[in-house]
Amino acid sequence: MNSTSPNAESVAHDAEPGFWRAYLFSTDHKRIAKQYLSVALFWAVMGGLTAYLMRWQLAYPDTEVPGWGFIAPDFYNMLVTMHGTIMVFFVAMPILLAAFGNFLIPLMIGARDMAFPRLNMLSFWVFALASLVLLTSLFVPGGAASAGWTGYPPLSAKPEYTGVTWGLNLWLLALALEFASFLMGGVNFLTTAINMRAPGMSFFRLPLLVWMELTAAVIFMLSVGPLIAGAVMLLMDRVVGTTFFLPEGGGEPLLWQHLFWFFGHPEVYVILLPGFGLILEIIPVFSRKPIFGYRPIIYSTIVAGALSFVVWAHHQFLSGMDPRLAMPFSITTIIISVPFALIVFAMIATLWRGSITFSTPMLFAMGTLSVFIFGGLTGIFNGSAPVDIYIHDTYFIVAHFHYTLFSAVFFAGFAGLTYWFPKMFGRMMNEQLGKLHFWLTFVFFNAVFIPMHVVGLGGMMRRISDPTQYEFLRPLQPLNQFITVAAILLLLSQLVFVVNFFRSLICGKVAERNPWQANTLEWRVPSPPPHENFDAIPVVYHGPYEYNSSEAAVDWLPQDRRVTTGAATR
Amino acid sequence: MAEIISGWFPENVSSFGGEIDALFRLILYVTGAWFILTEGLILFFLLRYRRREGRRAAYVAGDNLRQLAWILVPCLIVLLLDLWLDFRGAEVWAKIKGQVPPSDFHIQVTGKQFNWEILYPGPDKEFGTADDVLMENELHVPASRVVRVILKSKDVIHSFFLPNLRLKQDAVPGRAITAWFEATKPGKYPLPCAELCGFGHTGMNGWLFAHSPEDYAKWAKQQWP
Amino acid sequence: MEAQTLTSQTPSGKIGVWWFLASEIPVFGGLIVSYIVLRLGGAGWSEASSHLNFNFALANTFVLLTSSLTMVLAFAEVEAERPRRVGNYLLLTILLGVLFLAVKGFEYAGEIGKGFTPGAGIFWSFYYGMTGLHALHVLAGIVVNLILYLQALSGALQRHGHRVELAGLYWHFVDVVWIFLFPLLYLT
Repeated sequence: MNSTSPNAESVAHDAEPGFWRAYLFSTDHKRIAKQYLSVALFWAVMGGLTAYLMRWQLAYPDTEVPGWGFIAPDFYNMLVTMHGTIMVFFVAMPILLAAFGNFLIPLMIGARDMAFPRLNMLSFWVFALASLVLLTSLFVPGGAASAGWTGYPPLSAKPEYTGVTWGLNLWLLALALEFASFLMGGVNFLTTAINMRAPGMSFFRLPLLVWMELTAAVIFMLSVGPLIAGAVMLLMDRVVGTTFFLPEGGGEPLLWQHLFWFFGHPEVYVILLPGFGLILEIIPVFSRKPIFGYRPIIYSTIVAGALSFVVWAHHQFLSGMDPRLAMPFSITTIIISVPFALIVFAMIATLWRGSITFSTPMLFAMGTLSVFIFGGLTGIFNGSAPVDIYIHDTYFIVAHFHYTLFSAVFFAGFAGLTYWFPKMFGRMMNEQLGKLHFWLTFVFFNAVFIPMHVVGLGGMMRRISDPTQYEFLRPLQPLNQFITVAAILLLLSQLVFVVNFFRSLICGKVAERNPWQANTLEWRVPSPPPHENFDAIPVVYHGPYEYNSSEAAVDWLPQDRRVTTGAATR
Repeated sequence: MAEIISGWFPENVSSFGGEIDALFRLILYVTGAWFILTEGLILFFLLRYRRREGRRAAYVAGDNLRQLAWILVPCLIVLLLDLWLDFRGAEVWAKIKGQVPPSDFHIQVTGKQFNWEILYPGPDKEFGTADDVLMENELHVPASRVVRVILKSKDVIHSFFLPNLRLKQDAVPGRAITAWFEATKPGKYPLPCAELCGFGHTGMNGWLFAHSPEDYAKWAKQQWP
Repeated sequence: MEAQTLTSQTPSGKIGVWWFLASEIPVFGGLIVSYIVLRLGGAGWSEASSHLNFNFALANTFVLLTSSLTMVLAFAEVEAERPRRVGNYLLLTILLGVLFLAVKGFEYAGEIGKGFTPGAGIFWSFYYGMTGLHALHVLAGIVVNLILYLQALSGALQRHGHRVELAGLYWHFVDVVWIFLFPLLYLT
């Protein structure tokens, strides 16, 4: 017996599962992680495509988009809506939470699988169904949802306001399914971490990624409920004629905004924290130093998670809510910078007196850190209610949240993918191509989004399809065109990654168990790890970041290696 | 420096716009300093402590207060700066959104897909009377006077945006939201909608005409002869 | 023999269900708080509420409370290792759940017959939204109990008696939600 849990019977023990069990209906957490990753990468391509179409239209309005055709205003609104929905719910969450969480949590805590492997499989298939519903919604008569990814009613509540009928209903259904999937996933993550840790793996020996994934799961599970209720209410307004959000029937449009942002802001941290978790694993390995302030980072994460529940109305300073509410929310919003500042400072302090190798994962980790700092700092402008009067709903906001989210999703995501690729697929990625990919991405990302702040300060509103229709925005048009060219180059740069990914998959150098000489448990098993991960459940003696400890002869000390000279417990 | 920053914004002709711009600059200086400090340190550490043969990294875990002070003290400074910026912001916010200064010039602006309906109360200064005048997308006001705007919407949420006056306020159906501004300089200024309101959102674009007192009197004479 | 994992005293299934319920509370919490906030700011809600069928709802409250009792008894029989009685109590719970839904459906029909459709006003939006979402939860609970009942008949439940406890946690939660909805909608 490997577990005292009554659900242990659900851990599949068949050594040779058939094709269906192995590939499609697998209960193996590693396989499920790859399934999430594949679907998310498909959506990332779709998200990139929507970005391309929008950027072309903004730079060269009413010209034919190469490879596509003309973009009508209502189609542009669908692009805006789908870009946000896809990137947040179908790229960021499945990659950062589902793929990395599923792959790494059991390995890192020394478990054979998740606590509920079949529930895990179900989570993925519900997510796949959500993807299918969203995909279908793009092709139904009337078009896809076009009320923005935030779906503010009354625009979203009555079909005649947008002309979209089933597209928006299916969009709501896709979101509901996605939430159900991630709720199941969250239950699994938390139960696994509580009940499946290897002997010696106390909570304060968990790798920070595990902490971040868990905090993200808790934040998600406790914040998404009101939006699930809101989605039900909005769907009822559209389908059965209720008037929750329609003032003509006594309803309240602002209610949706509260329900949406009560979830929407914590959701930002649901994405950010796992992104941080990824680079917090990578920075110590390539600095050959322990992470600076392991426990303060954990406490900061929890504080930030708790604070994230009381900042939501900073999205609504100008929504018509009581202006006296703005100041309390402005204060909580700006104060949430403190725990994040601590995490950033801790990362910087980890570099101090390290022995730093510039591998591709480390470059992407540093990209994440430097880009996130920029995005965090521009957040102070938005959090300041008076400044928000001017920059709200302009491209300044768009630029700001791309700095935070692109850093967490793509820079940290690429850091994680390049770092754990050998563990996931058993082969090394090409370092030259990886570095080329990093520098192209880093340069073009900044070329897109730094000028976008300036465009926003010039007053350009979000979600307009043609800036040249506004006299006061015409002087900004050359800048818009520059952004578009840079954005296209940013998208094309990703081809380097695609090439590197598939080339390495087929003919990369075969990876050893621990190519980076890292401490955490996933590096103690073969690459890729076998079904059920461990020959024998390891016993943990150390924290995850004992690099250059005086207790070991080499500059790393795996978590499960016992040092006989002196107690190495921290 | 201040001129370069001002160059990013449309011309400010608002009585309170200067305070928003000043707050923006203040935050820019504070965050700019942090930006240079943090990114500079990262760059410096990356270059200074890159891997070299024969040198091992130091074992510094940040697990005691002496070491942690290096990150806790900066965090304390962040907190103090945060609060300072917040208190500065609170004053500006109270002035712009907190209370509406007394005004004898009221206008009702109603958003609808996809126009601004602007209702002038006429000489009797009362809405709903025979001398009301309704215009689409043209907001005529005298400069150097406090204008009180009553914002409504007929269908979906719109956002009343006057870039040159540093004013933005959502118009929500079922509510009458009061906003105000005072144009300091006569001229013609854009009045776009800043909240996605449907397929015609782009191009929902009105104009603010801030007239000099004489010009305004002339314009009013034409409307209410 | 390999090392034991660091399991807590609580079985995984129970932890999982508790986390699931913790994430369900904000769903109904969001609805209930919205209802209260909007109701405090508007008029005409009590008048609309007076058209509800209080007697039916009161009877339904007893039905649901009784079903919670039979659910508890089902688990008591699991612990007493009397599988036939487990099945009987599960069946009773299912039937009470179905009775609850039937009464609810009868109420809906009556209200719609009097013209109080979901579009009849904001109170009715909330009434149908809240009770409808609750009814879906009751339905889900019935399905779960039905699966357990079939397992009890086939004897498969004997090895998995803890499942009755887990289903019970959910069933009691659904019951508690109704205890909140009943006074909020019918008594005010």
